[in-house]
Amino acid sequence: MAKKEDDKQQGPRKAIVYLNGMYMGFHDDPDALIRELVQKRRSGELSHNLNMSYNAKTGELHINTGGGRVRRPYIIVRDGKPLLTKEHIAKLKNGEITWNDLVMQGVVEYLDAEEEGSLAYIAMSESEVTPKHTHLEINPLSITGVVVSTQPYPDHNSSPRLTMASAMMKQSLGLYAVNFNYRLDSRAHILFYPQVPLVQTTSYKALNYDKRPAGQNFIVAVMSYYGYNMSDAIVMNKNSVERALGRSVFYKTYETEERRYPGGQKDKLMTPPPNIVGYREEELYKNLDEDGIIMPEVEVKPRDVLIGKVSPPRFMEEVATFGITEEKRRENSVTAKGGDYAMVDSVMVTESLAGNKLVKVKLRSLKVPELGDKFASRHGQKGVIGYLAPQEDMPFSASGIVPDLMINPHAIPSRMTAGHILEMLGGKVGSIGGRTVNGTMFSGEKEEDLRAELKRYGFNEAGEEVLYDGITGRKFKAKIFMGVIYYQRLHHLVSNKMHVRSRGPVQLLTHQPTEGKAREGGLRFGEMERDCLIGYGATQLIKERLLEESDKTVALVCANCGSLGVHDYAKRRDYCPVCKGTRMEKVEMSYAFKLLLDEIKSLGIFPRLKVSDKK
Amino acid sequence: MPRIKNNNSIDSGEAVGIVAAQSLGEPGTQMTMRTFHYAGVAEQVPLGLPRLIELVDARREPSKTLTDIYLENDMEKNYKAVEELAKALEYISIEDVCSIVENFSKKELRITVDSEFAQANGITIRDIAKKIRQSMGNAGKVKYKSNHIMVRIDTAYQKLRRLSMKIKAIPLKGIRGLSKATVINDERNGIYFIRCGGSNINEIKKIEGVDYSRIYTNNVREIEKHFGIEAARNALLKEIRQVMDLQGLPVDARHIMLIADAMCMRGAIEPVGRHGLSGRKSSVLARAAFEETVKHLVNASIKGEEDPLSGVTENIIIGQTIKLGTGKVRLVMKEME
Repeated sequence: MAKKEDDKQQGPRKAIVYLNGMYMGFHDDPDALIRELVQKRRSGELSHNLNMSYNAKTGELHINTGGGRVRRPYIIVRDGKPLLTKEHIAKLKNGEITWNDLVMQGVVEYLDAEEEGSLAYIAMSESEVTPKHTHLEINPLSITGVVVSTQPYPDHNSSPRLTMASAMMKQSLGLYAVNFNYRLDSRAHILFYPQVPLVQTTSYKALNYDKRPAGQNFIVAVMSYYGYNMSDAIVMNKNSVERALGRSVFYKTYETEERRYPGGQKDKLMTPPPNIVGYREEELYKNLDEDGIIMPEVEVKPRDVLIGKVSPPRFMEEVATFGITEEKRRENSVTAKGGDYAMVDSVMVTESLAGNKLVKVKLRSLKVPELGDKFASRHGQKGVIGYLAPQEDMPFSASGIVPDLMINPHAIPSRMTAGHILEMLGGKVGSIGGRTVNGTMFSGEKEEDLRAELKRYGFNEAGEEVLYDGITGRKFKAKIFMGVIYYQRLHHLVSNKMHVRSRGPVQLLTHQPTEGKAREGGLRFGEMERDCLIGYGATQLIKERLLEESDKTVALVCANCGSLGVHDYAKRRDYCPVCKGTRMEKVEMSYAFKLLLDEIKSLGIFPRLKVSDKK
Repeated sequence: MPRIKNNNSIDSGEAVGIVAAQSLGEPGTQMTMRTFHYAGVAEQVPLGLPRLIELVDARREPSKTLTDIYLENDMEKNYKAVEELAKALEYISIEDVCSIVENFSKKELRITVDSEFAQANGITIRDIAKKIRQSMGNAGKVKYKSNHIMVRIDTAYQKLRRLSMKIKAIPLKGIRGLSKATVINDERNGIYFIRCGGSNINEIKKIEGVDYSRIYTNNVREIEKHFGIEAARNALLKEIRQVMDLQGLPVDARHIMLIADAMCMRGAIEPVGRHGLSGRKSSVLARAAFEETVKHLVNASIKGEEDPLSGVTENIIIGQTIKLGTGKVRLVMKEME
């Protein structure tokens, strides 16, 4: 194949050949080599995974066969004619041949980014193929990825919004698997009544999105509503929500295992006996069955025990006087975490890979949309519920249509999501016409056609409606743009995030409050917040935030030598371990400062505190 | 009058430093992304955040300096006179006019003069040759023909290279450090002045006709050197203000004044930060809390430093009320007799 030549014979037209980045040798005629390699790849003599790139300037020919290259399929063009013919398509439809056959026959080939950039000349559509072209795009739509291809009218949106929409579509709730009832995912959401979007793209069928939708078609009005939808808040119709719009269930699975420990000890799943170390309130165990596991369809609240478990002590105990250690087992149950107000959906008892008894408990909780839940359309237009308006207070049209959702008009112009408006129009046409609307990139139904169709149905062709204020009953002076658009519920639910703390656990090292919801932590009052209080001159407030509400301690300071002292409980007196003095002063300080003094001491520096009465 | 003055003075215990820092820092966060570029201006002085950082860091060598030179009363209205002076200002060395090729085997330097450029600046090849001859003293031979100058000298190779470097640096014209002198028409005052790149006040002031007292440069260090610390403080104020105003983020002048004052308070311009203001705080704890914690702690222990705990940071660290705002107020009571 590739002729290896001696280095010294390097001429002007020679190419340096690299295989997977490794130098292989020189070749006299790179064009011929490329032709030969391509021909052999297409005929199947060489791997279809082989790609190459040639840089005429540097004379480098890179041949790559390794992994990690993003590759895309193209139809091969020979002498200005695509190799994919009508017969191929007919046979594909009949099922006589498959995609793989096309690849094997050399009708379609995969190019990586480098080959696409250096050796290929790709036509976007069949009509523009010339003899110069080497490849043809299968569909111009395929220049986007899987997620963007499911966005309607992306060619009318600004690109940052497409990125954001792609990110949010991945967070939408839907029917992620039909066997969800039997699955034990650690967290899962299922949307009630998911709907197929009214405005679709051609990739929907291929992706089976119509079989696993993740959203619902909302009637949306673009208008403000008493300031409840400012700054990306949304107002939703309370009655619609009560009719199960955007409703979902949340499943959460807890699990534990009967583990074996070195020394023959074992966990035991059981309702812990009251005399055990770390026994919780009796109340919390009340729903456990005889086997120590909670029963299905029982209501659960935070701190309730789901699986009772008793474990051997963490450290080996000292041998008792008679040589028999009395077993001091400790409570190690699995409990519901904060915010888990749920029902036990199912309980599974099985065996782990190690052969231990494994128990999984699945909790189920109903998540009705509430203030602060997040929704988004497929155009990067996200928002949280700011108000659930009663239907009777919402605007209505003469025909009695009340929107499900109201977004603020300010959300549109600066973000340039014309696709959002178009989808609303398309959704309206689709819902009246009883059909789905094609919103595929570059080939979607045109705005003029949608407008004309809307007009045929007897509606305002711009999609605007005369609305009446639900509270006063007066007609709005302006016509309101109202349409139907696919909205997704995103998995950021307030009920899973809400967290408060007035008192709670502290960290072992610093005695400062813990961080994070899981640890019942506080919210950090950071450096910049501190700066603001200094700026206000709110001295006492700073002290309260940073000391009293945090890690206040009283330390003993030796009045003689200035080191930190200790309290001798046996002799009931304070003394200084450095100078043995007994004149000790109680000083209020932050534990972090005491820790700092200790650490400075460990550096070999002796810090002294000079104490005197407060001036 | 004193009443008005007192009514407008800031309250005792107001955290002016923090407020000034916030007032400059917050707009600073918005600046990064919005750096404006002006079309047609070749001489770009850095604007926005980079310039602000440069000023606050009190760099010895700012990235791009400009100097405005005003002439004495009768001259500044005369465009011709100003232009003539401007032409004479621009620094041109042999390197700008010529290209030098070293020939080590023949031990000669072949200097090619860009005659067009030389002519435009009124430099003849004879002048150049003369300057080179002067610089070389008696060693070697210098010949010139059309636009070539040949320098032949019998020395070691290293010396030849050194010689070519030396020749490249020979000044032909103008003042060292100055470039691109342009005459600017100040229409409001009906005068002309010269704006040039670089700053070399030491040399500029020697030129006849230049009004020394009105020279202005955006190189704050240079101002400090020639006009004193008060002038430097005013220059800092002006420059920082200009940066903020150009970005459309006006900041109250008094915040900037405070920063400029703090930077000049020791009699010489000091940067803000580790090597300046923050690094020279009196409190050990405050310094250790900022940067290079261990260094400060160890040095303090070697010297046996004592922290009187009078600042803000220290008192927050140890968990006491700070002596600012509401914490400044003390209730003093006489003991009963």
